Amino acid sequence: MSTASSNPVEMTYREAIIAAQRAELQADPRVMLMGEDIGAAGGSFKLTEGLQAEFGKIRVRDTPISEQAFIGAAMGMAMTGYRPIAELMFADFMGVAFDQIVNGIAKHRFMQGGTLELPLVIRTVGGAGARFGAQHSQTGESWLLSVPGLKVFAAASPNEAYHLIRAAVRDPNPVVVIEHKFLFTRKGPVQVFDGVVSLVEGPRQLREGRDVTIVASLAMVERIQSAAQQLEAAGISAELFDMRVIRPMQPQAIVASVRKTNRLLVVEENHSLGGWGGDLVSTVVAEAFDYLDAPPERLTLPDWPVPYSPALEDAALPSVDRITATARAMVEGRGR
Amino acid sequence: MSAIQHHSQPQPELAVGADQLLHFYRQMLLIRAFEDKVNEAFLRNLVFGTTHLCQGQEAVSVGAIACLRQHDSLTYTYRGHGQVLARGMAPEVAFAEIFGRETGCSRGLGGSMHLADLSLGLLGSFAIVGAGLPVALGAAISAQLDNRGQVAMTFFGDGATNIGAFHETMNMAAVWKLPLIFVCENNLYGEYSPILWTTPYEDLARRAEAYAMPAEIVDGNDVVAVYSASMRATERARAGEGPTFIECKTYRQRGHSRSDPAKYRPAGELDYWLERDPLKQCEARLQSGFAVQQEKFDALRAEVQQQIDTACEAAAEAPWPEVRDLGPESLVEVRA
Amino acid sequence: MSTAILMPSLSPGMTEGKLVQWLKKEGDFVKRGEAIAELETDKSLLDLEAAASGRLEKILVEAGEDPVAVDTPLALLATEGGSERPVPEAGPAAAITPEVQPGTETKEVQRPVFGNPPATAAVTSAERIAASPLAKSLAAEAGIALQELTGSGPGGRIVKADIGRAQGEQPAAAYTLVPHSSTRRIIAARLAEAASTIPHFYLTIDCRMDALLALRSQLNAGLPASDKLSVNNFIIRACALALRKVPKVNASWGDEAIKLLHDVDIAVAVAAPDGLVTPIVRKADGKGVADIAAEMKQLAGRARERKLRPEEFQGGGFSISNLGMYGIREFTAIINPPHVAILAVGAAEQRPVVQDGAVVAATVMSCTLSCDHRAIDGATGAEFLGSFRVYIENPHQLA
Repeated sequence: MSTASSNPVEMTYREAIIAAQRAELQADPRVMLMGEDIGAAGGSFKLTEGLQAEFGKIRVRDTPISEQAFIGAAMGMAMTGYRPIAELMFADFMGVAFDQIVNGIAKHRFMQGGTLELPLVIRTVGGAGARFGAQHSQTGESWLLSVPGLKVFAAASPNEAYHLIRAAVRDPNPVVVIEHKFLFTRKGPVQVFDGVVSLVEGPRQLREGRDVTIVASLAMVERIQSAAQQLEAAGISAELFDMRVIRPMQPQAIVASVRKTNRLLVVEENHSLGGWGGDLVSTVVAEAFDYLDAPPERLTLPDWPVPYSPALEDAALPSVDRITATARAMVEGRGR
Repeated sequence: MSAIQHHSQPQPELAVGADQLLHFYRQMLLIRAFEDKVNEAFLRNLVFGTTHLCQGQEAVSVGAIACLRQHDSLTYTYRGHGQVLARGMAPEVAFAEIFGRETGCSRGLGGSMHLADLSLGLLGSFAIVGAGLPVALGAAISAQLDNRGQVAMTFFGDGATNIGAFHETMNMAAVWKLPLIFVCENNLYGEYSPILWTTPYEDLARRAEAYAMPAEIVDGNDVVAVYSASMRATERARAGEGPTFIECKTYRQRGHSRSDPAKYRPAGELDYWLERDPLKQCEARLQSGFAVQQEKFDALRAEVQQQIDTACEAAAEAPWPEVRDLGPESLVEVRA
Repeated sequence: MSTAILMPSLSPGMTEGKLVQWLKKEGDFVKRGEAIAELETDKSLLDLEAAASGRLEKILVEAGEDPVAVDTPLALLATEGGSERPVPEAGPAAAITPEVQPGTETKEVQRPVFGNPPATAAVTSAERIAASPLAKSLAAEAGIALQELTGSGPGGRIVKADIGRAQGEQPAAAYTLVPHSSTRRIIAARLAEAASTIPHFYLTIDCRMDALLALRSQLNAGLPASDKLSVNNFIIRACALALRKVPKVNASWGDEAIKLLHDVDIAVAVAAPDGLVTPIVRKADGKGVADIAAEMKQLAGRARERKLRPEEFQGGGFSISNLGMYGIREFTAIINPPHVAILAVGAAEQRPVVQDGAVVAATVMSCTLSCDHRAIDGATGAEFLGSFRVYIENPHQLA
């Protein structure tokens, strides 16, 4: 259903986010953007730069600092014929509009008997590593984990950002798209296209391997890729996945992979309790039990808020070396 | 740009003809009989959980909703039976939802606190206090974008004027000059608390001043007064002049919810308000203005009672929803 | 009519309430909406209102301290005429409420027995074997007992690698796995295809071998041991000459045409460690038995060592398979496509034959020709076999 343009275009993660929104604004007059400082200023992270100039002040609209109002308004607009994209400046601000998101948007279709559609997108910027402190560093993945009625996408690369945003706008369900503040300047090939985007499938396989399956999302994806190179030098072949769609979780590809490699390592930038990796491990153990040659492992944030001081923040995030060491121990029989 | 109308200046009444007034009267009778029937049904164990009844507040729904046109939309609270009936939901469909049946407006998935029908612009009732306001804000944004003279209306109680979502919505509606009519049913109690325990003053219309929004205070038990104020507000909104706040002073004759005998009311208060019952006031207008006789009232009452009894019994016989996989009712299935 | 007034459920999860006092007596007339009793729930005191106007006919439950279950009929109300819809009779719950009451689960509450320690779910065995789930399933599949293994994993856990090692040491397994070599795969594919697609028919002929054996003895007497002629060498020669006589059997089957081959190249089956190999004696019709013998010795040797070049075993127009050295009396062989025939040669053995009306002992060899009926009919095959026999029984013609 989509026609790709000829060659992939090299662009940054930030440019991909802008390009995706531009494409949807062009494709459908019902698409609107709103959020704090997204219009005149182009967004506090410059993720909507140039869009108000191109599409006008009505379709790209600055809101007051009123998350409950404009997130709830996104729901009202979605019920009355529009396809709004609301930007939550930081994923942590989901807390401010939590009632609207989890009690309203997530439950409304169900409570009204399963007939109405809420084609809205909440784009938000999450993630640690930029020294923003505890209230500006959550990924946001965990908070939405136990909320049926929402879809949650996590963009790990420029191409992913482009595709996930476009797919989210097309989706008739409410979708939260999580972007990572550490990835804005990453460059990569983006397959732009005209027309309607195709369905977003589950996890994306990045590398084929034999000895261990490693799964991550957002900024941890590039870390497991670096770790895989280190592992290769040590004679270990890792099979890598970007989880990409956190909700609804689609573990089938991971299960199939673990049936082959017999080992699973999940790396996520969330606290252990309530992180999506817990659910993934639970499913893999249930469905690939007889294929496990070692206990599944998880690398997560420690059980305290993200610290500010650089060494403390860095220590909280699973490093490439720690990922490599954990995987090696699993494969070489020195693990748990 | 018209000057902000201060709520302390009483506004002239609109002239309402006999037919229209009789129509108002019948609608209020319908709501009264419906609510009494729900009460009775509760005693028959046909209603589960809890329910919130609005006997005594019928004039607010009928008078305000009479000003809405076909494509206008509205949100309302968990005390929302009056609004949905005034807007035209069939009593049997409302009963069936409250009884948890498959033929209910939300197929038994929502219950008394989640009555909705998108085809009537009934965007939903909200169990969370204040949650409906941002959603109505969104509908008003859509109406402004559509530019066809449509409006959105939101009903809420006095208690909601203390919650954050109320203030954010008032502010944004004023700043963006949205066609949103705020209808506050001030029934003097927020759940079990009299208003002055939680609010610094009794006249909530004063809050509109903080947002530079015009406001009116009306006798919420006088359907013509409510109608007049609502017509003024909707006409302003349709002309692009922005939002209005209408405070309707009224009283709920029953407790907050089914399990509340409302023994916290001071002696004599209920009797005072029963004297000012909206049905009584309407009858007085019909008698003095149009020489309508008691027989007419009795005949209408009997007719409405018959309609309600039939609808209730039909709903009591309606089929139960099947115990089944409700995933599709939560998320729309998307196929490539 | 008489209708029952039930104890209502007034708050979520309420299962019983108290009837504090009756406000009306038996026989009293009550108006719809009038308070007739005072109830106490978990939350508060509430009035029970009459759902319809009528006479309080009978009080069924007296006021008191004992809790009354929801749905219990409290009193009977006699209503007048049919102006009011009657409240359903006692026992309406069954008619109205569904089998699965939404929101209320029928869960059996397990009450802990204080003072007794809970029974442990599994009895801990003296020796608990640590093995990964994968190792367990592999061990089960291979029939290896975990108790006999030492684990190399963390904490002595038995892991997949340990099972692999154990399988290598295991002498008395129920079977040995022989993974397919590429040769095996090719043989399997070709033979399966040949057997299923070629319409085979079989012709058998018995040949008198005495003369040939005598000639062979004679010739071999003057040859060194390494160069002795085998019966098979004569058979190859005989086939070559017979193919000259009946060229239709020296052919290749194709989709559009049959190729009548100009050269007589005969493939001779040789048993090699990996499977059957068929080195080809090229232009066999132009080679004498001794040449054929020398060539076969060399080809067969290299065949067994898998050192044949492709052109030495690919192609040919006819095949011979000889199981005579194993004592096989006769058998049928599968044609090697695209050949149209193959000769299966049995053992030359002493048999009673009828000669001039008497039974005598003679050396007889049975040969069976498998023919591709698409290319050859019975007469052609018979002609070939007949010619072949003539050569075998008149060996001086083979020189």
